[in-house]
Amino acid sequence: MSFPWAKEYKPSHPLMQWLDEKLPLPRFVYNAVGAGYPVPRNLNYFWNFGILAGVCLMLQIVTGVVLAMHYAANSGVAFDSVEHIMRDVNWGWMLRYAHANGASAFFVVVYIHIFRGFFFSSYKAPREMIWLLGVTIFLLMMATAFMGYVLPWGQMSFWGAKVITGLFSAIPVVGEPLQQWLLGGFAPDNAALNRFFSLHFLLPFVILGVVILHIWALHIPGSSNPTGVEVKTESDTVPFHPYYTAKDGFGLGVFAILYCTMLFFLPNALGHPDNYIQANPLSTPAHIVPEWYFWPFYAILRAFTADFLFIPAKLMGVLAMFSAILVWFFLPWLDTSPVRSGHYRPLFRKFFYLLVIDVLVLGYCGGSPAETKYVLISQIAATYYFLHFLVILPIVASIEKPAPLPFSITEAVLGKDDQTAPAA
Amino acid sequence: MVRLFGPLVGLFFAVALLWSFGVGAIQAIREPEPTTAVQEFHLAPKEPEPGFSFNGPFGKFNQAQLQRGFQVYKEVCSNCHSLHFVAFRDLAALGYTEAEVKAIAKEWGTKAKVQDPKTGDETERDNVPADHFPKVYYAGTGNPPDLSLVTKARHEGPEYVYSLLTGYQEQPAELLKKYPDAKTPDGLYYNPYFANLNIAMPAPLADDQVTYGDGTKATKEQMAADVAAFLTWTAEPKMEKRKQTGWAVLGFLLAATALAYLAKRNVWSKVH
Ligand code: HEC
Ligand code: HEM
Repeated sequence: MSFPWAKEYKPSHPLMQWLDEKLPLPRFVYNAVGAGYPVPRNLNYFWNFGILAGVCLMLQIVTGVVLAMHYAANSGVAFDSVEHIMRDVNWGWMLRYAHANGASAFFVVVYIHIFRGFFFSSYKAPREMIWLLGVTIFLLMMATAFMGYVLPWGQMSFWGAKVITGLFSAIPVVGEPLQQWLLGGFAPDNAALNRFFSLHFLLPFVILGVVILHIWALHIPGSSNPTGVEVKTESDTVPFHPYYTAKDGFGLGVFAILYCTMLFFLPNALGHPDNYIQANPLSTPAHIVPEWYFWPFYAILRAFTADFLFIPAKLMGVLAMFSAILVWFFLPWLDTSPVRSGHYRPLFRKFFYLLVIDVLVLGYCGGSPAETKYVLISQIAATYYFLHFLVILPIVASIEKPAPLPFSITEAVLGKDDQTAPAA
Repeated sequence: MVRLFGPLVGLFFAVALLWSFGVGAIQAIREPEPTTAVQEFHLAPKEPEPGFSFNGPFGKFNQAQLQRGFQVYKEVCSNCHSLHFVAFRDLAALGYTEAEVKAIAKEWGTKAKVQDPKTGDETERDNVPADHFPKVYYAGTGNPPDLSLVTKARHEGPEYVYSLLTGYQEQPAELLKKYPDAKTPDGLYYNPYFANLNIAMPAPLADDQVTYGDGTKATKEQMAADVAAFLTWTAEPKMEKRKQTGWAVLGFLLAATALAYLAKRNVWSKVH
């Protein structure tokens, strides 16, 4: 579906006409990311991050498939096979750094994409389904990245896997057997490494499938925009091509510069040195920390230090950690304000910025050793996190007086809209 | 439903967290965690004078230094530490000729073990360039780790190795006075750069322990910096190529992005 003024695909070349009759793939592309897709004219650079996430996914799939040609998923040789990639495979060092830093870049991009959604309330009707699919993608990404990090079979791979799968043992009654079933043993070993490799290979393609649904769902209402006012007339939109292809091209260039700077000059800055030590079940690292993109959630997990109402602290931590992401699924129904954009919501905006700081604080604590001061800070920060989504957002929505909205996107951009007078 | 249960769930987690916070805070006030000798006396790694040539985006290895570092490894460290991921032929990158590499492999103290397929007897043969550095067996206290990746396996690895090798000292009297329990146990050595301050490795370097062929004076600091540089190379032999490639890629990307910017401005000039 699209707006009535969307341009129709009219192939001029006979070959393209022939193709359009047999398999209208060019028509599909034209309507999806071509001149046949009208898009609000006022999108800012935060609207670049969806495309960038797609680029990251392709990058991970391409580098991952080639890495998998040289990697050996066996606990006896996995660590050596990664070093073989780094030393002996032609450009193997570049592939591996591209994949490891690609995972980080992917999460940076996706976090910005998600917080864009928070600020502009992109989750609100009619875009709930896009949002739900997005949260699903994020969960799948976390599973994929967790299992990928186990593959090099370094110390953090092993101990990270042990801690995270150990979370399942907090579940009453079935916890321990469940954990053993997941690992195929009592601790991570060859069986676990093999299944993690298999799933790490599979899940990106599942993600790709959900991404296709995500974009399909997006093309039904079309993109939202920084004013949050829906498209009314043709003058509110521009065709995707060439306007947004050009803008996305520039955004991609800036992203590639930052990503390649990390890849070629600071390739290990985001990794943990312990992962260059082969996994050793008999030697526990001083601090077990996951990759940076899990830090906020890791801080929430560790924030529960006392049993509460007969619920063991560990179980509370596990419930809270998963709930911290699951609450995102309910956002469309928790935030009932009819106004979308944070630009016109003065009270909401203050809490939004507080949330950004809160998540950064949680991240900082999650990456720090579990010392008392960090735990106490994460307890306060985690409290705000849950109150923000589950209590503050619904209240703000009902008490806030939003600022006046522009009549249309055109008016917001040009200062006037000829349509302001009742439309002819 | 969501607006009823949502806030209840939120308050549930909030109260549980504040409960944990309260319990923890009271505990912290009643019995503050005592400081430890490690917290007070552990030192962050320091750089050798005048710094490593390979640091920074334009950094390069100094071949003469890598050769000296290899000499230190060969004459000192290889008694206890292996170099599993490095093959003799890789030494060509340090500027040794093919014949020199062959000679180094052939003359290496520990021979390659082979099993005679006919009799099953274990025999030995000289190492060849394609062989990796042989395994090292160590009977003393502690476990000497393989050194091939050690500079990547520690924070600020090259600086750490340099500091560790030059950091041996008497245990400070102040430390003993304040933390009598933290006295270095017998068989271990005090080193403020090591994670728990007491390391099983005896100080391996002393001034003039090796005689450098290029006339460089073999002070302890010089040897430590040289072997740290060598171990940076063993951990990442492709470092120079990585940085060179990086500059070529960035050059291309900057140009392409500038063009993309101009294209974007041109396209959008019609609607702004
Ligand atoms: C007499 C045997 C011996 C010699 C010679 C020796 N080491 Fe060690 N080294 C050890 C032992 C034992 C350990 C383990 C220490 C521990 O874990 O307490 C060790 C540990 C290390 C570590 C790791 C410290 C850490 O952070 O875990 C480094 C790096 C190291 N040695 C470098 C060297 C270098 C470089 C040389 C040569 C200049 C060298 N060693 C010579 C025995 C030796
Ligand atoms: C959603 C996309 C993906 C994410 C987020 C991701 C993430 C990761 C991470 C974090 C690692 C550990 C990196 C390291 O420490 O070296 C890793 C390793 C690995 N991944 Fe992926 N990955 C993705 C897609 C893929 C795909 C599609 C494949 C192959 C089909 C793949 C194959 C591998 C292999 C073989 C390794 C181990 C080699 C290594 O450690 O470098 N990945 N991945």
